[in-house]
Amino acid sequence: MDEKKLAIIATKGTLDWAYPPFILASTAAALGYETQIFFTFYGLQLLKKDVSDLKVSPLGNPGMPMKMPFGPKWFRDINWNIPNAVQAIVPGFESLATTLMKQTIKNNGVATIPELRSLCQEADVKFIACQMTVELFGFEHSDFIDGIEYGGAATFFEFAGETDICLFI
Amino acid sequence: MDFNKDLDARGLNCPLPILRTKKTLNEMASGEVLRVIATDPGSVKDFAAFAKQTGNELLSSTEGNGEFTFFIRKK
Repeated sequence: MDEKKLAIIATKGTLDWAYPPFILASTAAALGYETQIFFTFYGLQLLKKDVSDLKVSPLGNPGMPMKMPFGPKWFRDINWNIPNAVQAIVPGFESLATTLMKQTIKNNGVATIPELRSLCQEADVKFIACQMTVELFGFEHSDFIDGIEYGGAATFFEFAGETDICLFI
Repeated sequence: MDFNKDLDARGLNCPLPILRTKKTLNEMASGEVLRVIATDPGSVKDFAAFAKQTGNELLSSTEGNGEFTFFIRKK
């Protein structure tokens, strides 16, 4: 059986969107895929040494349920319909939503981002950071975890051109 | 059923049961059997798909009391 290949472009830098690239890459690696993730633009945030400041924003995101991760069941079941105008004006609303999301993640036995990221690295998923965006955003290589490569679009296509699956996230 | 190694994946959600299983199988010898107990309802389809794609044999997949038990023979 030939080894299958998966390439992912990760472009989002929020806590919720950090999950798909790492979940898919780690699972693909477990299934025997040779896997690479190319991190560009806001996706670079996912390679920072400290990812504890990744946030999720319910603002302008009508698909996100707003439920409490504690209290009795009837309370947890309430979907808090908070208007965008209120979300935008209340200081710390994003931080509150992020805290609640992290608790929900914990309650559901879902892995943390640092955990999934190290599982990817242990499984030899190759991480490539877009050098152009690193410079554009004024980041330093020392901001990022070890074991990653830096390259551009041509580097991505060298591998992506031979893959069975290629995803833009 | 006899097994050589046991993996408790209860309380873990996708994709952790599969990732832990893969890691544990890496430490085992060919032909050995791993028992995995999970509570993630998605794991039933996931373990079948994992076995099909990796060539490790899913000997049995059973459910009881909200727990899912899998026996897998390493390729």
